[in-house]
Amino acid sequence: MNNDKKIFGIAATFKTPNEIINAAKKVSNSGYTAFDVNTPYPVHGMDSAMKIKPSKLGFVTLVTGLSGAAIALLFMYWSMSVDYPLVIGGKPFFALPAFIPVTFELTVLLATVSTVIAMIALFFRLPDNKHPLHDTDYMKSVSADKYGIVIESTDTKFDETSATDFLKNLNPLKIEVIYYPAEEPYPIFQPKFIIFLIIIAVVVSGGTYLMLNKLLYITPFNWMMEQDKLTPQKGSELFADGYGMRTPVEGTVAKGFIPYPYAGQTNPTEVLSNPFLLTKENIELGKGKFFTYCSPCHGYFADGDSRLRGQFPNPPTLHSKRARDFSDGMIYHIITNGQNVMPSYTSQISREERWAIVNYVRVLQRAKNASDSDLIDMNKETGSNVTN
Amino acid sequence: MNIDYSHEVPTVAGRLTLAQIEELVAKPMGTKPNKKYFIALSISVSLLFTGAIFLAFSLYYGTGLWGNNQPVGWAFPIVNFVFWVGIGHAGTLISAILFLLRQKWRTGIARFAEAMTIFAVMCAGIFPVIHTGRPWLAGYLIPYPNQHSLWVNFTSPLVWDVFAVSTYFTVSFVFWYVGLIPDFATMRDRTASKIKKTIYSVFSLGWRHSNRHWTHYEKSYILLAGFATPLVLSVHTIVSFDFAVSILPGWHTTIFPPYFVAGAIFSGFAMVVTVLVFVRKIFDLQHIITLDHLEKMNKVILLTGMMVGYAYAMEFFIAWYSGVQAEQFVFINRAFGPYAWAYWIMASCNVLIPQFFWFKKIRRSIPAMMVIVILVNVGMWFERFVITVTSLSRDFLPSSWAYYRPTIFDFGILLGSFGLFFTLVILFTKSLPVVSISEVKAVADGAQPTHHGGADHE
Repeated sequence: MNNDKKIFGIAATFKTPNEIINAAKKVSNSGYTAFDVNTPYPVHGMDSAMKIKPSKLGFVTLVTGLSGAAIALLFMYWSMSVDYPLVIGGKPFFALPAFIPVTFELTVLLATVSTVIAMIALFFRLPDNKHPLHDTDYMKSVSADKYGIVIESTDTKFDETSATDFLKNLNPLKIEVIYYPAEEPYPIFQPKFIIFLIIIAVVVSGGTYLMLNKLLYITPFNWMMEQDKLTPQKGSELFADGYGMRTPVEGTVAKGFIPYPYAGQTNPTEVLSNPFLLTKENIELGKGKFFTYCSPCHGYFADGDSRLRGQFPNPPTLHSKRARDFSDGMIYHIITNGQNVMPSYTSQISREERWAIVNYVRVLQRAKNASDSDLIDMNKETGSNVTN
Repeated sequence: MNIDYSHEVPTVAGRLTLAQIEELVAKPMGTKPNKKYFIALSISVSLLFTGAIFLAFSLYYGTGLWGNNQPVGWAFPIVNFVFWVGIGHAGTLISAILFLLRQKWRTGIARFAEAMTIFAVMCAGIFPVIHTGRPWLAGYLIPYPNQHSLWVNFTSPLVWDVFAVSTYFTVSFVFWYVGLIPDFATMRDRTASKIKKTIYSVFSLGWRHSNRHWTHYEKSYILLAGFATPLVLSVHTIVSFDFAVSILPGWHTTIFPPYFVAGAIFSGFAMVVTVLVFVRKIFDLQHIITLDHLEKMNKVILLTGMMVGYAYAMEFFIAWYSGVQAEQFVFINRAFGPYAWAYWIMASCNVLIPQFFWFKKIRRSIPAMMVIVILVNVGMWFERFVITVTSLSRDFLPSSWAYYRPTIFDFGILLGSFGLFFTLVILFTKSLPVVSISEVKAVADGAQPTHHGGADHE
C-alpha cells in the first residue's frame, strides 16, 4: 500500500473501559512506544497502563506564577517608591499590605493564562485540524462512546501486518488502517479566503476611519464642545444687557485687593510709606520677584541693561541720582501705576511682593553706590579688615 | 428514613448509556428551536432593548438623568455592579471549589454555572464603565497616558477592583473554554452540517481525545481550579474593600470580606437554581440535572443564608460593642430610619425565607424552591442597596443628609442588565453544550474500569 497513500497507523476500537485498559497494557508491554489511546473522557488508570510520565505542566505554572508576582511587586515598588513617590493615606512609599491584592491578581492571571497557552501550544501541539486521525470513522466512534487505540507507523517496531495481527488478538470491535491525508494546497491561496481577507480589511479600516473621523465629532461624543455654561466673553440671554460676564456690585472689594488711592496719577503729590522692614526674608522675596518681573528690562543689577536685545525700549538705570532720591512710596507707585512705556504690574505682582521689590531695589542702589564709610561699618559688623 | 450510605447516589439518573447522554446534551444544538424558545428570547431581548434605550438617553444627556446626587454618589450603578459580580461567584464555586472537593455531582451543572459567571461578570462590568458618564473616552487609558509621569495609585481599592474583576473574567473564561474543548471535538464529530463542522473544528483546535493529552488536560484542570478557588474568594473580598477601606460608618468594618463572599455564593446559587429549573425542563435534562442537584444547591443556599444572617447580627453587635456613636447611629438608622423598608425586605428575604429549606419536602419541591430563590435574589439586591445607600445618605454631617430616589432611568438600565444576562443565557443554551459532555460521561455508571482494571477481566 506504499504506492500512493502513506500509512499513519493501525487503529482498533473497543467497547468497555476494562478492555481498553487491558489493550493499552498489552501494547505498551510488547514494546510499542509510538501509540496512543483515544477515549471520549479520561479513563482512570490509563496513565500507568500506557506508561505515561506525570505531567510537567505544573512547572510552567510555577515559573509564570512567580514571575507574575515578581513583575507586579517590582513595578509597584518602582512606580510608587522610586519614580514618583507619593504619600497616600499616610502609608509608606512601599506599602506592602496595600500591594498584595494586585500582586495576587497578577500572579493568578499570568499563571493560569500561560498554563493554558503552554498546554495547548507546547504540550498538545494544537491547533492541528489536519491530523490524519480527523474525519475517520475511528475518530467519530471514540469521540462518542467507544475506546480506541492506535499504533503509529513512526514506531521503530511498526510493521503493518504484525501490528494488525497483534491488535486482532485483543478482540476489538473493529480494526481500521489510517492513512495520511492527501496534500492540499494551502487554503490561504484559495480565492474564497482572499476575498474573505479583503472584506475584513475593508470593514476594519472603514470602521476605524468612521469612528475616529466622524463618530467622535457627533454629540455626545464630541469632547464636551457644546456646553450650556457661561464662558468668558460669551453672551447670555439671561441678562438685560446681553453680556454673560458681570461687573461686581458697586463698592465691593475683592478679598486681598486693597484699593490703591493714587491710581492713574503720573506725578502724585503724596505717596504711601513703606510698611515692610528690610529683613533678610523680605529682601530674598524681593530679589526673586525682581529677577522674574523686573530684570528682563532693568537688568539683574538695575543698570538698565535689558536682555531683550532691542525688542522693547531700554529703561534708564535705577542708579541715577533721580532714581536714588525717589521715596520708597514713589517706586511702589511706579510699579503699581506704570510709567511711560512701563505698564502697571498690579495684576501680576501682589502688594507685599511689590514692597519687597522696592526694598530689593534699595539694596541694589546701596550696593552699587557704596561709600568708604560703608566699608568701615561692614568691617565693624564682620570683624574683617578690608581696605579700599 | 432509611438511607443507604454504603454507596453513592448515581450522579446521572436513569442509567443512561454514554450515547444517550451525548444525545440529550447535543439535541438542542442540532434541532430547530421551538416556540417557547422564541417567546423566552423575545422577552429577554425586549428587556435588553429597553435598557439600551434608557442607557442611550443617559449617555446623550449625561448621568444627571439618574438619581445619583450628593451625598449618594454611589447609587444604582455600584449596587448593580456588586449584585452581578456576586451572581458570578456561584459558577466558579461549582466549577473550581467543588472540583477540588471531589464533588462528582458538580459535573451536571458546572458548565452552566460557569457560563452564568461569565455573563454575570459582563453585566457587572457595564456599570462602573457607564458610571463614568463618558465611557467612550476609556479608550484613552490604553496605552496608559503618562505624560505627567504620574502612575496609577496601586494602594487604592478601586484599582484593586479593576485588577480583580478583569482577572476574574479572564480566568473564568479560560477555564470555561478549556472545559469546552473536548465537547467541541465531540460536536465536530457528530454534526452533519458543513458550516457547523468548520466552526466546531476551529474551536476544538483539533482535539483528538488522546490520552497523552488527557493527562496534561486533567493536570491543567486541577491547576486552574487551584487558582480559581482563591481567586473567587479574592474577588468579592476586593469588591468589599471598595467599601471597607473607606472611613464611612457602616462600611468601615472588617467583617465585610467574608460577609460579601458568603452573600455572593448565596445569591449566585439562587440565580443558578432559578435558571436551571427552567433549563432542565425545557431541554429534557432531568436525568442529568437531577432533583438531587437542586436539593444540594438549596442546602448551600440555606448554609450561606445563615452566614449572611450571622453577619447582619454581628454588624449590630460590633456597632454596640465598639461604643462609636456614628457607627451605632448608622445601624439604628438602617433598621428604623428612612430606609427601614429596604432593610426589612433584605433581612426577611435573606435570613427568614431560606429557613424553609430545613424541610426536605420544600428543598425538593420545584415551585417552592422557585419562590424562595427568587426572593433570595431580591433580598440580595436589597442588601447591596441597603449597604450603599443608607450609609451614604446619612453621613457624619447632618446638614448634608438627603433621601436618595432612583429615577426611571436607573430602573431601566437595571432591567436592561437582566435582559442582557438572560439573552446571553438563552443564546448559550442553543449554541453550546449546556452540560459538559465529557465530564458527565466520565461519571456515568460503568464509565470507569472496575477496581482490578482490565487485567483480570475475563
